[in-house]
Amino acid sequence: MKLMLIAVWHYRHFILTSIRNDLRTRFARSKLGATWAILQPLTQGAIYALVLGQILGSRLPDTNNKYAYVVYLLGGLLGWTLFAELITRCLTIFVDNASLLKKMVFPRICLPLIVSGSCLLNNLFLLAATLFIFMLVGNYPTWMWLWLPVLIAITLLFGLALGLILGVLNVFVRDVAQVTNVVMQLWFWLTPIVYAISILPGHFAPVLRLNPMYAICSSYQQVLLWGHLPHLKTLGAIVVLSLVLLTVGMLLFRRASPDMVDVL
Amino acid sequence: MSAPVLQVEGLGKAFREYRAEWRRVLTWFGIASKATSEVWVLRNIGFQVNAGESVGIVGQNGAGKSTLLKLVTGTLRPTEGSIAVSGRIAAILELGMGFNADLTGRENARYTAGLMGMSPDQIDAIIPEAEAFAEIGEYFDQPLRTYSSGMQMRVAFSVVTAVRPEILIVDEALSVGDAYFSHKSMARIRRFREEGTTLLFVSHDPGAVQSLCDRAILLDHGRLLLDGEPSQVMDYYNALIAERENATVEVRQLGGGTQTISGTREAVVESIGLFNAAGEPVEFVNVGEAAEMRARIAVQDDIPRLVFGYMIKDRLGQPVFGTNTHHTGQSLEGVRKGAVVEYRVAFPMNFGPGSYSVSTALCSTDTHLVNNYEWRDLALVFTVANQDRDHFVGSAWVPPVIEVLVS
Repeated sequence: MKLMLIAVWHYRHFILTSIRNDLRTRFARSKLGATWAILQPLTQGAIYALVLGQILGSRLPDTNNKYAYVVYLLGGLLGWTLFAELITRCLTIFVDNASLLKKMVFPRICLPLIVSGSCLLNNLFLLAATLFIFMLVGNYPTWMWLWLPVLIAITLLFGLALGLILGVLNVFVRDVAQVTNVVMQLWFWLTPIVYAISILPGHFAPVLRLNPMYAICSSYQQVLLWGHLPHLKTLGAIVVLSLVLLTVGMLLFRRASPDMVDVL
Repeated sequence: MSAPVLQVEGLGKAFREYRAEWRRVLTWFGIASKATSEVWVLRNIGFQVNAGESVGIVGQNGAGKSTLLKLVTGTLRPTEGSIAVSGRIAAILELGMGFNADLTGRENARYTAGLMGMSPDQIDAIIPEAEAFAEIGEYFDQPLRTYSSGMQMRVAFSVVTAVRPEILIVDEALSVGDAYFSHKSMARIRRFREEGTTLLFVSHDPGAVQSLCDRAILLDHGRLLLDGEPSQVMDYYNALIAERENATVEVRQLGGGTQTISGTREAVVESIGLFNAAGEPVEFVNVGEAAEMRARIAVQDDIPRLVFGYMIKDRLGQPVFGTNTHHTGQSLEGVRKGAVVEYRVAFPMNFGPGSYSVSTALCSTDTHLVNNYEWRDLALVFTVANQDRDHFVGSAWVPPVIEVLVS
C-alpha cells in the first residue's frame, strides 16, 4: 500500500498531464473545442428543464416557486452525473487501455486516478453551468452551498470504489459491463431525481431510502434548493460503505493484477 | 562487466482457462479451483545476463520469445520462478506504444516519457533530442492519425531510447520501417552497447543476432534448448527448423566447434575434403590459391531429386559464400538407393585470412525446408593464410590496382 502511494506520487505529473490530455482529446476535432465542456452540460440541463419542467409541467408538491423543479432536477443530476460517469468509465478502464497495459510498465493504479480526475473536472464544468442556470432562475447562493465540495468528494469516493470493483471484474467477465449498463438505467429511475420521493406510494419510500444514491442526490437537493443541511448521518454511513468497498476494490485489484494482462 | 543485471530462475508462464471466469476470481482468495486448460508458454527457463552483455533470443514462432521479453519487462507476471532485474529497463515491444491518435507526436512523446516515469524537467530535456532523432519534421506537431506506421515507429523508438537505459529490450519491431531509420536505430543500439547497456534482442535475422550479440539463447516450445555462442546457436536453430518427422538432430564436438547434423538421412555426406591444385588434401590455403572441395555423397534410399548445397562461413558464422546445384542447374533426378555421387567444387580462395567453415545441405529443392536429407554444420573447417600478398583486412580478397597520382 505504501509502495503504491510512493509510485502514485512519483507519477503525479503524469496523472495530471493525462487528465489534461483526456479533456483535450474529447474535443480535439471540434471547432468550438473546450467551449463544449461548458455548452454540453448547459444544454443538457436546459433540455431536462424544458422537457420535464415546462412541457410535462412537473411541479414539486410543497412549493409555489415555478422554478423549484428545475433547481431540484439539476441539483440531483449534478450528483448522479458524476457517479454515473465514474461507473461507466471505470467499468472499461482496463479493457480500454489494454494495449498500454501490454506494452508499458507503469503503476496501474494511475488509471483509476486519471479517470477520477477527469470525471471530477467534467463535473466542475457541469457545476459551473448548473450554478449559472440557478442564477438565471433566481436561485441565489446560500451558506449551505459550502457543503457542495463535501458532497462531491463523497460521490467521487463512492463511485470510484464501486467502479474499481466493476472495472477489475469486467476484465475477466465482460458481461459485467453489459449488466452494469442496464442496472445503471434502472438505478437512475430508482433514485428520486426527476421526481420527488413524496409522489411514490407509501410502501416504496422506505425501500428507496436504502439506495445510497438517494441520500447523495437528495443531499444535493437539500443544500441547493431548500438551503437545508444534508443528511449527515446517512452520508456518514455512505462514507463508511465507500471505504469498505474501496478496500475490497483495492484488494481485488491487487490480487487480479498478475492475471490481468493474460486475459486482455 | 561482471555483476548480473538480469537473473532468471526456474521461470514459467502458464495461461490458464477456467470453466467459468468467476472461478478464476475465487483463486485470488485462496479458494482452489481447477483450471480446465493450462498452457505453459514457458517452463524452466533459467539464465543470467551480465552487465554489458548482449543476448539474442531466437526460436520459431510460438517458441515463447515475446512472452519471455514481456516477463522480463514486467508487463506479464511469471506463474512460477523469479526474475531479478537491476537497473532501468527500456523496452520496445511492438509498434505504437499505446499512442493516442488525436494528440500530436510531441504530446504523445511527452505522454510516453511520463509513462516511463520521467519528471517534467526530464521530459523537457529529452523531447528536443527525441524530435531531432525521429527526423519527421513538421509532423512532430501534427496529430498522430496523420502518421504512417513508420513514423509512429520513429517517434516511439526516439522517445524510449532518448535516455540510455541499463537494459534495452528490443522485439522485432526494428525490422519494420524504412531502411534508413533502421540503420540509424541500429547505430544507436550499438552505441548503447559500447557504453555498457545490456541488450536483449529478439530477431529472426541471423545476421543481426550474430553481428549484435555475444550470446544467443534458443527457445523451442517454451524450453531453453541452447545458450551459447551466436554462431553455434544459429546453426542449431537452422537445423531445428529443418527437422522433420523421424529426423534427428545430433551435436558433436569437433575441434573446438560444435557440429550439428540433422535430416532424414536418405542421402548423407560420406566424406568431404579440401584439395589444392596438385590434388593434395589441405587444411591451410593461401589467399587467392586455386582450391577444390570434394564431397562424396552416399544415397541410402531412392530419392526423386538430389540437390547439393554448401555455405562457407567466417569465424563469426556470417555467410561468406553459398550456393547449390539447383541454382547452377545441376540437380540430379531420380537417384537410386546405393548410388554414390561425388561433387567437385573448384574455386579460387579469394577470402581474407582467417578460419572458415563449410556447412553442407542435401535436399530436393533449393531450400532445405522441404526435403532435408541431411544438413551438416561445420562439415569442413579450413584456414586461409596470407603468405605472399600485400597486407589487407576483411573476409574478401579483392586484389586492387592502385594508381597514385601526385601533382
